Amino acid sequence: MAAVRDNVFPTRMNLTFTKTRLRGAQIGHSLLKRKSEALTTRFRVILRKIEDAKLKMGKVLQNASFSLAEVAYIAGDISYQVRESAKHATFKVAAKQENVSGVLLPAFEADIQSGSGQFELAGLGRGGQQIQKARLAYTKAVETLVELASLQTAFVILDEVIKLTNRRVNAIEYVIIPRIENTISYINSELDEQDREEFYRLKKIQGKKKERVANAQREAKAKEDLEASEKSSNVVEDEPDVRNLLSEQADEDIIF
Amino acid sequence: MAQKNRTLIASIGVEDTMTGLLLAGIGDIDSQQGPNFLNVDDKTDQQTIEKAFTSFTGRKDIAIILINQNIADRIRGILDAYKAPFPTVLEIPSKDHPYDPSKDSVLKRVQLLFGD
Repeated sequence: MAAVRDNVFPTRMNLTFTKTRLRGAQIGHSLLKRKSEALTTRFRVILRKIEDAKLKMGKVLQNASFSLAEVAYIAGDISYQVRESAKHATFKVAAKQENVSGVLLPAFEADIQSGSGQFELAGLGRGGQQIQKARLAYTKAVETLVELASLQTAFVILDEVIKLTNRRVNAIEYVIIPRIENTISYINSELDEQDREEFYRLKKIQGKKKERVANAQREAKAKEDLEASEKSSNVVEDEPDVRNLLSEQADEDIIF
Repeated sequence: MAQKNRTLIASIGVEDTMTGLLLAGIGDIDSQQGPNFLNVDDKTDQQTIEKAFTSFTGRKDIAIILINQNIADRIRGILDAYKAPFPTVLEIPSKDHPYDPSKDSVLKRVQLLFGD
């Protein structure tokens, strides 16, 4: 893993750029993590609700079956009649959406079209009241079921989204951030290496320069001495009075 | 939004459950797609149930599929493999078979997530 890094040219600009990327990745990581936590909280709430609703569903349906049994006792078997008269649904659901940290969770709502009177004539001869009672009981049961179904849909979707988010969080944490960090340390080490080379080069050049200056000085001095000794031997006899500026005081060499 | 058009509740169940659900008014017979419910008795073979289930899951106007748990047991393989959010499959108890949470496909996943 340590060797995995981006293929970049080690320059200061790329270093700054990569550092910005690292910061971006860290921010993204913390945001995604928070999102995942928010979703998980929501998820747990939904799970608890599902468990409650499942228990409630058992009771409500039991109740409804019982009222149907009453119908069967009084009005006889109505199942055929009911099945044949089913043409269009009066009990429908409407979907609405809920936003949980960017995830759209659908929720179903019971949408009962009343007044259509689908089974108004059922059991007209006998047991009409019982049939209406059973109808109400079942309507209520189906409402519970719709509620449970929307919870369950939310559960499935949330499950999927949480998995996705966690995958992203882990990818950033264990793949992207280490890679960027490796890139940064690579660029840093390369830059250090370049710095050391540069320093060594400058030191070398300075040494060479000093050497050259010292050589020049030595040569100049040797020449001067030679000339001075020549002059003193020649000139002393001819012009004893003339002061020799050059030989009396040697100016220091000016080095720029 | 795709689920906006999903307004129907489909159901696969035994006679009693079916009667009750139809009484509540969920029954719908489409001229093209046929009824949105399937009445299952002892003579109904597994293939018919499977076909009904797959056709319900393929329909675009169904939001929820209710299925009796004892029937769900007969097509458990398909149910466990079914993972799409829409339409939602809901297992309900029938008159003769009380509800068993340990068999429910969704609750099984719940338990799997909590690891107990």
